Amino acid sequence: MTMIGWASFIAVLAVVAACAKPLGSYMTSVMNGERHVLTPVLGRLEALVYRLSAIDPAEEMPWRQYTAALLVFSATGAVAMYAQLRLQQKLPLNPAGLGPVDPALAFNTAVSFLTNTNWQAYSGESTMSYLTQMTCMTYHNFASAAAGIAVAAAVVRGLVRVQAKTIGNFWADLVRVSLYVLLPLCVVGGLFLVSQGAIQNLKPYEKVEGVQGFSQTLPMGPVASQEIIKQLGTNGGGYFNANSGHPFENPTPLSNFVSMFAIFLIGGAMTYQFGRMAGDQGQGWALFACMSLLFLGGFAALYHFEQVGNPILAAHGVAAAGNMEGKETRFGIATSSLFATITTDASCGAVNAWHDSLTPLGGLVPLFNIMLGEVIFGGVGSGLYGMLLFVVMTVFLAGLMVGRTPEYLGKKIEARDMKYATLGILIPSFAILAGAAWAAVRPSALQSLANAGPHGLSEILYAYSSAVGNNGSAFAGLNADTWFFNNTLGWAMLVGRFFVMVPVLALAGNLAGKKRAAPSPGTFPTDTPLFVGLLSSVILVVGGLTHFPALSLGPIIEHFVMLAGKLY
Amino acid sequence: MEEALKRHKVPKLWQGPIVKTAVVASLQKLDPRHLMKNPVMFVVEVGSVVTTWFYFQGLARRSAQTSFSGQISLWLWFTVLFANFAEAMAEGRGKAQADALRKTKTETVAKRLSGAKPESVNAARLRKGDVVLCEAGDVIPADGEVVEGIASVDESAVTGESAPVIRESGGDRSSVTGGTKVNSDWIKVRVTANPGEGFIDKMISLVEGAERQKTPNEIALNILLAGLTLIFLVALVSLQAFAIYSGGPVSVVVLVALLVCLIPTTIGGLLSAIGIAGIDRLMQANVLAMSGRAVEAAGDVDTLLLDKTGTITLGNRMATEFLPAPGVTAAELALDAQLSSLSDETPEGRSIVVLAKQFAPKPTRLQEHGMTFVPFTAQTRLSGVDFDHTSIRKGAVDAVAALVSKMPAQVLSAAERIAKSGGTPLVVAKNGAARGVIHLKDVVKGGIRQRFEQLRAMGIKTVMITGDNPLTAAAIAAEAGVDDFLAQATPEKKLELIRREQSTGRLVAMVGDGTNDAPSLAQADVGVAMNSGTMAAKEAGNMVDLDSNPTKLIEIVEVGKQLLMTRGALTTFSVANDVSKYFAIIPAMFMGIFPEMAALNVMRLHSPHSAILASVIFNALIIIALIPLALRGVKYRPWGAHAVLRYNALVYGAGGLIAPFIGIKLIDMLLVAAHLG
Repeated sequence: MTMIGWASFIAVLAVVAACAKPLGSYMTSVMNGERHVLTPVLGRLEALVYRLSAIDPAEEMPWRQYTAALLVFSATGAVAMYAQLRLQQKLPLNPAGLGPVDPALAFNTAVSFLTNTNWQAYSGESTMSYLTQMTCMTYHNFASAAAGIAVAAAVVRGLVRVQAKTIGNFWADLVRVSLYVLLPLCVVGGLFLVSQGAIQNLKPYEKVEGVQGFSQTLPMGPVASQEIIKQLGTNGGGYFNANSGHPFENPTPLSNFVSMFAIFLIGGAMTYQFGRMAGDQGQGWALFACMSLLFLGGFAALYHFEQVGNPILAAHGVAAAGNMEGKETRFGIATSSLFATITTDASCGAVNAWHDSLTPLGGLVPLFNIMLGEVIFGGVGSGLYGMLLFVVMTVFLAGLMVGRTPEYLGKKIEARDMKYATLGILIPSFAILAGAAWAAVRPSALQSLANAGPHGLSEILYAYSSAVGNNGSAFAGLNADTWFFNNTLGWAMLVGRFFVMVPVLALAGNLAGKKRAAPSPGTFPTDTPLFVGLLSSVILVVGGLTHFPALSLGPIIEHFVMLAGKLY
Repeated sequence: MEEALKRHKVPKLWQGPIVKTAVVASLQKLDPRHLMKNPVMFVVEVGSVVTTWFYFQGLARRSAQTSFSGQISLWLWFTVLFANFAEAMAEGRGKAQADALRKTKTETVAKRLSGAKPESVNAARLRKGDVVLCEAGDVIPADGEVVEGIASVDESAVTGESAPVIRESGGDRSSVTGGTKVNSDWIKVRVTANPGEGFIDKMISLVEGAERQKTPNEIALNILLAGLTLIFLVALVSLQAFAIYSGGPVSVVVLVALLVCLIPTTIGGLLSAIGIAGIDRLMQANVLAMSGRAVEAAGDVDTLLLDKTGTITLGNRMATEFLPAPGVTAAELALDAQLSSLSDETPEGRSIVVLAKQFAPKPTRLQEHGMTFVPFTAQTRLSGVDFDHTSIRKGAVDAVAALVSKMPAQVLSAAERIAKSGGTPLVVAKNGAARGVIHLKDVVKGGIRQRFEQLRAMGIKTVMITGDNPLTAAAIAAEAGVDDFLAQATPEKKLELIRREQSTGRLVAMVGDGTNDAPSLAQADVGVAMNSGTMAAKEAGNMVDLDSNPTKLIEIVEVGKQLLMTRGALTTFSVANDVSKYFAIIPAMFMGIFPEMAALNVMRLHSPHSAILASVIFNALIIIALIPLALRGVKYRPWGAHAVLRYNALVYGAGGLIAPFIGIKLIDMLLVAAHLG
């Protein structure tokens, strides 16, 4: 491990921390519908949107109505996208004359973008028309991110409001997040990426002569604008197949750094926003600290195992300095490890190295990160509300241990709250295990595997974890474009998204109606290092206990077998 | 409270008869209809049935695995039985008490007054509203209110207190309990409870746990435990799929063994025992909780309303000082004060005599002077003595002022100073001239201040309730160290205070005995009625203190906290245990397919069979080992929440992580030694 590796880690964390306060305060104003710096610029546009769509932004919704709005919005988007994928041959802007997308793949893709997963079982160039790319992909990159942030804001309202029936207006939240948060950040970030050399054009593909004399076709396109929302909105669907490993997407070390920082930016700021809305900044920073701690642990482990590399290759003198397989030489072990940690801590899924080629225990880290529910800064919005579910569980255990009915932010955590929190935490694990188990015993599914043995199992586990966690990165090595995988992974994505969102909104609705007790020395504080430690332990223990058996037959045994001299 | 605890000795945990009954009951509790209520233990029972079936199948086929599946089945059944045993032990302690109570419910013949003459009827045929006559030697046939008469009643059957108590019509001492006995005199009682619904019946069903319903917090915990059980079930079913993929399906017996080890059996098995034991511990302290919910609420209490008299101060005010008027010596004042109080049998009066003796000897040959004592009346608000041509009176400043032509300024200022300090000034006047002031002082109970400091550290606010004026109240509040006080309290003011506290999300506990306390008792989250109080008060509250000792409220809060802490500690312990079981069983399961799995066998257990068996045995034995903790509750420590959390997280979290590594290794070594592994 090198100084530079750790310096990158510290730099990312420091910049995310430094941006948390300004962006978090700004987002609080936005979500509260207050006047802020962009109101004079975009306020009229916001009002116009409300007028055209007959929305009254001041109309408050109870949690059921809020959830219904979210589901209607999501379903409409998904159905529209599915229809367009199936009918793209009859629509304009299809110069390549691409045919309709296969039903299973169309379902999988529509769900994938709807759920902020961006799992790509297709190859864009040969499947999707320009119109499809522009309207479906780009739209959902924004809309799914905005929906996540909106839900998180509604959940926080539920936590902090006292004896309230409502948790905000979904439509207003959606418009505000898109207009005031995502759009400006994307404009600034996109321009920066262009400055670094990311391409942004509508030119035809270019034929160039390589230095060695043979000609090559370079695909072109509006890359930078998609690239920035891919990171900021923790979407992760790359413009090119090589994703952030491609020089047109991620041209320089600086653009690589900004990409990593952009993945965590909103997730980090939302912890501050949470503290602000709760009226107690310590609560926000406690979550930030817990996330940072788990981020540190994941990175240290991944970086360590990649640096140690593969002893068999080392013994043959093939690879002396760690594991470089599947990595860009431009980024090296340190930044690739950091990128892999960040993209799976969050539910981003952009990659700048192949996770399939990581060492067994190195590869365990991204997999485990996703299995934990992607609460380490996490997906935009989903990271915060996922973390709050773990907080509720931790508070419950800790509260019992001090001899009181547990309280969080002065709200009593009772049976109904525990029901929603338990559902929200366990259903995703349930879906991962059920899906992977089904695939593992289905001979036709196993034909999709490139590798046998424990590594093949890791590929299956990773696919279902990535789908349920709405991450979208692939371990690769698995041909996912089959009827079975398109359908099961599609459903896994839906479960991972909405079977967390709905319980968490129900929890918010239930908590909103409660009284708020003033803190006393009898209530344990939830902004101390002790609580951060407990919260981290609960996350690790719940995730670890649930997934250890599966992992033991995947990456863990692969590691020991590798030490014994056998590779898969 | 200390006295109460001493009197009602905590019974020994392992009493022969209770253990014997519990063993039988734990077999009866195998009934799936009973176990269904406990999802965790129900899963274990189903698992036991499955492994037993495999055992008999193996016997029929003469399989080599038979002995192993037999041993696993045996220990899985023990796991269920141990959990049942824990519950039965907790219930057994209550049952023993219920039996003692039932003895008081012998057939009684009541003298019902329907006409002019009492008619004899069986007590079982009495109905609400009937009026019965109880004379010396009679057992009171049913719960009721005294409507006429006064009697001394032996309530030892209910309270364990042998000294008889006075019961009379009207006022706050009018309620009688069925099963208690009239010692002397007679009373007429209007029956307030039908047979089978009386106080003793309630007590019996409470201590037996017959009416036990899950408390809110228990339900919340059960949801978590059921969720964990379900996810482990899915994890293990999926594990079989992954094992098939890896080329070596695992035997069902081993899967069931791992499942039982992982699901939170420790807390699942002890959960109901903890709840029953909580009610039982209150019972030991002679407090009857009407529901488990009330005990739980006691742990959550934020505000304690405590009556000043009897709780914070000793029941009575004491004379502590004589402040003579100008021209009067302290000895002269003491003598006058003493004379005026000689026949005053109130504790205050006696304390004046005691103090006066230090200044002046008791006057002799009093009778010769032909003394007539003037008792205190509500009209004059004075008491005193007349003899020879002398008249001595004592009373409050304004009452005495009417007798005295001119009250000296020094007397007035002394009285004011006493009032400000929280005391009560009594002015003594002799033949129309003020002689001085007696300082009556509330004496704060020893150690109560430290008690309030502990409560403050626990985050509980104490509010003193008193009828005194705000000045006096403030002074006593400061001396006792309570956080707040309610002066010149009326039932309405009390109720309003409770509502105000509750509106900010705080839980309130209070003690009361009078009928006018009933609304407040009903409104409070924890309302403790004194057994000496009225029936209305007892019905309104959700606990009854049989000792009628208001200080016990503090103990009740501690029992409530202990209850929740025990649950939390054992849940944490149970979940933390799982880590070690993975390291024992996972390598044992897969060493056949991947010999490299041995690297995970960090305990270096002897063989796959011994490893799995050791884990299952540890899992079963830990339930037995923790029964005393579940029944007694984790030790209560009056620290702040942060310190308690740190301590318990360390002991039960980190301890729960490490302990099974040691335990499983030891059992493995024993198994090897006994050639069972």
